[in-house]
Amino acid sequence: MATMAAQITGSADRVPLRLKLQRVERRRKLKAFLLVLPLLLFILTTFVLPIGRMIFNAVHEDTLLRLMPRTMSELRGWDGKDLPDEGVYAALAADLKQSWADKTAAEIGKRMNYELPGTRSKVTSSARKVSTLSTDTYKDALIEIDPLWARHEVWSLLKRGSSAYTAYYLLRSVDLQYGPDSQIVASPPENAIFRHIFLLTLGISISVTFATLVLGFPVAYLLASLPAKYSNLLMIMVVLPFWTSVLVRTTAWVVLLQQHGLVNEALMALHILSQPAELIFNRVGTIVAMTHIQLPFTLLPIYSVMKTISPTYVRAARSLGAGPFYAFWKIYFPQTLPGMAAGCLLTFILCLGYYITPALVGGPQDQMVSYFVAHYTNEELNWGMASALGAILLTATLILYYVFNKLVGTDRMKLG
Amino acid sequence: MSTLAYASPLEKAWYYLHRLFCGAVLLFLIAPILVTFPLSFNSVPFFSYPMPGFSLRWYEEFFLTDRWQYALQNSIIVAVTVTLLSTALGTAAALGLSRPNFPWRTTVMSLLISPMIVPAVITAVGVYFFYADVGLLNSYTGLILAHTSIATPFVVIIVTATLSGFDDSLARAAASLGAAPMTVFFKVTLPLIMPGMISGALFAFLSSFDEVVIALFVAGAEQRTLPKVMFSGIREEISPTIIAAATVLTLISIVVLAAAELLRRRSERLRGLRSS
Amino acid sequence: MSKALRITGAWSVMALVAGALPLAQPVLASDQLTITSFGGAGQMATRKGQIEPFAKKTGIKITEDEYGGEVSKIRAMVESKSVSWDLVVADATAASQMCAEGIIERIDWNKLGLDRAKFVGADQQDCGVPENLYATVLAYDKDTLPTGPTTIADLFDLRRFPGKRGLYKRPFGNIEWALIADGVPIKDVYKVLRTPAGIERAFNKLDTIKKNVVWWETGAQAPQLLADRQVVMTSAWNGRIYDAVKNSGKHFQIMWHAQELGLNVWVMPKGGQHLDTAYKFLTFAVSPAQQAEPTRYMAYGPANKEANAHVDPAILPDLPSAPDHMAGALLVDTSFWAENGDELRQRFTAWLVK
Repeated sequence: MATMAAQITGSADRVPLRLKLQRVERRRKLKAFLLVLPLLLFILTTFVLPIGRMIFNAVHEDTLLRLMPRTMSELRGWDGKDLPDEGVYAALAADLKQSWADKTAAEIGKRMNYELPGTRSKVTSSARKVSTLSTDTYKDALIEIDPLWARHEVWSLLKRGSSAYTAYYLLRSVDLQYGPDSQIVASPPENAIFRHIFLLTLGISISVTFATLVLGFPVAYLLASLPAKYSNLLMIMVVLPFWTSVLVRTTAWVVLLQQHGLVNEALMALHILSQPAELIFNRVGTIVAMTHIQLPFTLLPIYSVMKTISPTYVRAARSLGAGPFYAFWKIYFPQTLPGMAAGCLLTFILCLGYYITPALVGGPQDQMVSYFVAHYTNEELNWGMASALGAILLTATLILYYVFNKLVGTDRMKLG
Repeated sequence: MSTLAYASPLEKAWYYLHRLFCGAVLLFLIAPILVTFPLSFNSVPFFSYPMPGFSLRWYEEFFLTDRWQYALQNSIIVAVTVTLLSTALGTAAALGLSRPNFPWRTTVMSLLISPMIVPAVITAVGVYFFYADVGLLNSYTGLILAHTSIATPFVVIIVTATLSGFDDSLARAAASLGAAPMTVFFKVTLPLIMPGMISGALFAFLSSFDEVVIALFVAGAEQRTLPKVMFSGIREEISPTIIAAATVLTLISIVVLAAAELLRRRSERLRGLRSS
Repeated sequence: MSKALRITGAWSVMALVAGALPLAQPVLASDQLTITSFGGAGQMATRKGQIEPFAKKTGIKITEDEYGGEVSKIRAMVESKSVSWDLVVADATAASQMCAEGIIERIDWNKLGLDRAKFVGADQQDCGVPENLYATVLAYDKDTLPTGPTTIADLFDLRRFPGKRGLYKRPFGNIEWALIADGVPIKDVYKVLRTPAGIERAFNKLDTIKKNVVWWETGAQAPQLLADRQVVMTSAWNGRIYDAVKNSGKHFQIMWHAQELGLNVWVMPKGGQHLDTAYKFLTFAVSPAQQAEPTRYMAYGPANKEANAHVDPAILPDLPSAPDHMAGALLVDTSFWAENGDELRQRFTAWLVK
């Protein structure tokens, strides 16, 4: 220290200590940051970027813009009131001709079909017929080929397509869609399922969270109050399933709950039931299996909070004349609230995203949002819809994750 | 429970009711696993007790048929690679994050461990669309990269936790005694965080080894993993071979995680956080 | 120094990741093929009857994969230029759709060296080589239902046949049956379905048993549902029931009334690495003698008319094309499904969750 001070006072051309320390500090920060950088870049490219791109998919839709460039640019001048004029129809004919040659007519048809069911085959057949058309009056000719092209709503749809961005998928995700004049209207009842699905997801998540709390709290209390030698033993029973993969535990539940599975066979052997109960491929199976999987997630945070609660408070209350239940309720229970909040929130967040378990033990009426994200990706090939549903689910999850962070702090997250 | 002797009848009833309830819940937790797994030793392909005989035929099928063997090999190859990558990336990041005054620590940390919290389907679909663009679908690289991103949070969390108990004065003492920074790292820091690293690595291994949703979306026939084969098996029919596979998977989990737990205790003891 | 080293270390990990990328590209070798089918007993028949003999004869290494018939898997591969499937067995309706989308190869019959006219349904398939005729049928277990259903109306008769039924988790096949059970003559089914009222009528009929249906998604699930006694009757692909009877000793029975005849075709996703080898395989596999081979294991009729001469007569009564079975048969209208499949699937999905 002494030499350092001497150096600083001794030479005027040296940098002052404050700056020097700042520089050292900055270099330290930089060094620390460089250590984190590889993982940061890795997560950004392999995780954040793909998910960001997915969210972008939910609002980005340029099929029509890409495949019908002439129509789209002509439509910019259309006022949206009457049918467009000859120039737009000529552009449409040229685009359809091109699409027939490029084999992209089906893609246009598919895109239009999302918003106007039944148009797919009309678009492809129009494209086929236009490919051999030679005329000067395209408007009449096209309407002659298919009255589709005289429908106002078709032109509203095409006009919307001239933007590369659309709210269509997000609207559909909340059971809304565009009407004939691009106004927002409710989806027809046979397609309006998404509000129901979001509510169902919430309902199942709340039920499971509630079930894990009711089952988990008393066990956490027992584990926290027993001497270590017993509680460690019982803890294994909690942690063992926690360590087993979700797929394995779901498998176990299928074996147990099947129509002629272990539970039904046992109940029938004991003459409790005369014929097998329906325990699987319905809400019962879904909630039982999910509760089983989530129970440790709710229980463990409650347990770790309970471990920190000093017994002296309750003892003090008792000695001041409070009854055992009163003391528990007024003194002990409030102190467990942070643990309950953390455990329940964690379980609730994880429940929102369940896919594997409902897919294997639930029925068609028990599938949650995740199932539909997968369904639109794999079955319907409607990636815009998958992205929109995914974006909403992700937003809900991230908001809750933020709350969780504020409440608990990621640093204190425990594993196993 | 000497206090019980002085308790009112209501308290006593409550006490036993509580015990009974806890017993039932613990049974609910453990029974599905304990009841199902013995069926993998059943000599006949049915799921009912009493079992008519004991047999290893389903394990033979699991260990000897190509379909399962290939999947097991794939799972191990992928999980080991994921473990190496995520341990290297995660440990470096944890070392950086644990430096004092790391800028925007909370934000960076939240970002790095967000793969744990984002629903598996979202990750899988996002990665699926992305890989469709860059041509990584149905490739080992694609599967490994995606699994690495969901495995690193475990390493980051565990190694950071290990470092939070790390006594910096040890490293400073070594430095003041003339050790070069490299020597300090390898002789002092590394041995102390090693248990944390290994334990993080074990969690990373399992998170890839047990993962099914991402594998369903991005793995092709050649990359099919054990959980992927199990999943399609369960949808078709639950055969005893699947229960045998589940048992093997679970035994691996238990061994790996018990090792991680022992290491964690050892490391806490080494760092003097716990006396026992 | 330590800083430099550590950072180098960290970056080299990134480099390692980057370096691993090229390894992901499939090895460009011509003497291998990946063949994908619907799994289970059907794929086993293809394996034993066509794949293994071909591999043995040519020494070409063949990898197999399974799928549930999803067009999207093929589309994603083609669009991402990561086509790992060289040959895929697909339903003719899916093949028509994929052909229109331009994601599968058009068949060059000259290159195949085979006569297109000899194949059932080939005139409607520009991108598929017909492999076999299969039927969606109603099946039940004689042990649980000694007097089983006799017409498709019995599927909807909860009073005479209480209990769960298994159905394919797609509108495909189900809405046709609903109309037939509701009294529409078999020949008019698609005419009625082409009207909105017809669709409405079909869904209304399905509503009557909705609560009693267990939905299956892969071919192997249907016989399994019967075996587990989860259902009293189920729709199924006839070959799967045949297999369960023949190889697992089950007493399953097929009710042939209103059987729905479908066609499986071979398709080649665009951008496959082994197109020539794939053609070589096709020429071998759909030749009369070889296409008859899978019938040893599976009761699907060969699509090559000349293959019938090579079929073991013992299996003829079990094929969908047996004269007795054809009386009340419904030919699946490929163009109807290619046009309306998407809307109906969406509507069906929405119907299921409510």
